[in-house]
Amino acid sequence: MTVLQNTLYVTTPEAYLRLEGETVCVMVEQQKRLQVPLHHLGALVLFDHVMLSPALLGRCAEDGRSVVWLNRSGRFQARLEGPVNGNILLRQAQFRAAENANGALGLARAMVAGKLRNSRQVLMRGAREAKSDVDRDTMVKAARILATQIRKLPQAETLDTLRGFEGDAARLYFESLPAVMREPVREQFPFEARSRRPPRDAFNALISFLYALVLADCRSALETVGLDPQLGFLHAVRPGRPALALDLLEEFRAPLADRLALTLINRGQIQPGDFDCREGGAVLLNDKGRKTVITAYQERKQETLTHPLLQQDTPIGLLPHLQARLLARFLRQDVPAYVPYLQR
Amino acid sequence: MQRPTDDRLQIPLSALNQYAYCPRRCFLIHGEGEFRHNVHTVSGTLEHERVDRQAGESKAGVRVEYALPVWSDALGLSGRCDAVEFHPDGAIYPVEYKHGKRKQWDNDDLQLTAQALCLEEMTGKPVTRGAIFHQQSKRRREVAFDDNLRRAVKSTTVEVRALLSSARCPPPLSGIDARRCGECSLRGICQPALIGSDRKLEHLSQTLFEPEEELP
Repeated sequence: MTVLQNTLYVTTPEAYLRLEGETVCVMVEQQKRLQVPLHHLGALVLFDHVMLSPALLGRCAEDGRSVVWLNRSGRFQARLEGPVNGNILLRQAQFRAAENANGALGLARAMVAGKLRNSRQVLMRGAREAKSDVDRDTMVKAARILATQIRKLPQAETLDTLRGFEGDAARLYFESLPAVMREPVREQFPFEARSRRPPRDAFNALISFLYALVLADCRSALETVGLDPQLGFLHAVRPGRPALALDLLEEFRAPLADRLALTLINRGQIQPGDFDCREGGAVLLNDKGRKTVITAYQERKQETLTHPLLQQDTPIGLLPHLQARLLARFLRQDVPAYVPYLQR
Repeated sequence: MQRPTDDRLQIPLSALNQYAYCPRRCFLIHGEGEFRHNVHTVSGTLEHERVDRQAGESKAGVRVEYALPVWSDALGLSGRCDAVEFHPDGAIYPVEYKHGKRKQWDNDDLQLTAQALCLEEMTGKPVTRGAIFHQQSKRRREVAFDDNLRRAVKSTTVEVRALLSSARCPPPLSGIDARRCGECSLRGICQPALIGSDRKLEHLSQTLFEPEEELP
């Protein structure tokens, strides 16, 4: 089994990372704040203005360790790329599959099904834990409609129809999501619809940030496996857009990001004070909030669950890798189908 | 200027070894460019580096070439020998360093014989014996390059070339051979359990659009 290595997230502005022997040192104002053995690290994710010594950069490139730069709100800025690796035959297969309209549609349908099934799972769990009948009814009703939408997916005969079904279902899902929040905290996180670029309320800011973290993991999973993260099946190709990483993200949005966001809110681990409201209405996580979210996400990735296909305990952080590999296997016709990760 | 006329796929010597161990492993490494280090391969690499550093040393009249590039145009093979001893009596004696205690599969012998065939073609001299040096036990195990081994190298080379040209990954080992999966460094990539669960995959795929009614 691939070993789940840690990701080192550095959020301290003006931090300087350097290589010392086989370790990474995080220096802040010439003081050593942290020293981590390189072999524990699979990736470095750096927010804002974090610097890296040329020696460390070279070493990461050589080892194929990913280095990603994100801005303060988690938007992708840059990444380190070593020699082009992976498999040209696999990429050829990926490109052929994307050109084959039927094949691409089939994959896109499976991806949307994964997304909607996992979204529905969040609502059903919410319903099981609901404190009031009103909330339970709201969630059960939404879960029923989602089930109907999922059954409709095979009828979508074009990508546009499929994206339409997905959009309708997502709207319904988000409408009923506040019911998953506990009553006392619900009014602290008023949330009506998904808003992004920029998020216009705290809940949107929270899930946007989590999506960015999961997306970075999906992207590096695809690159590790040798797939081209820019050529997607559900998401259209656009310059600079990691369409396949966005495809892979779909099945993980609900279980890895939404679920965690709701847990953080319900447990009071994240509070309105963890967000900054900007003039004009944009809402963003502040430094303290980002730290809380990153720590929680890291811990969540270490938890294990039983993979429905492999029937073995898998760290949650490895799920994107397993799915990326399954997708590669499907594209190389090594397995008969691509099945998204389905949360229990 | 002579142009290369042979555009056959060159087979790395180590691919013969991998193939004899498991065709799927061979394909993943040489056909798909996958390689994952585990404890075994990492310490193996470190030992090889130690071996490589001692290049050109001589001992007791025996000249030893370390990390010697070898090839066979006849077979379309190429690779490196960990060590080749050139004895005063003219004998050429390849030595392959292996991390493990002792051989468990025939693959090491096959790889060593392939090196011998390369050395014969390069030097025009017979190469009849060589050895596997086991790092853990610090013992040499001598291998005589008999007709069976020589034939096996030739037929395996043909099979490996066919496999790598096919661009299709073979299935994982099954039956008693599957016990080799336990100590394979590529296990996480190969995912033998996943491939073996085609029926499960098909079931999940068929029921993907039929969510279970497990409402509270």
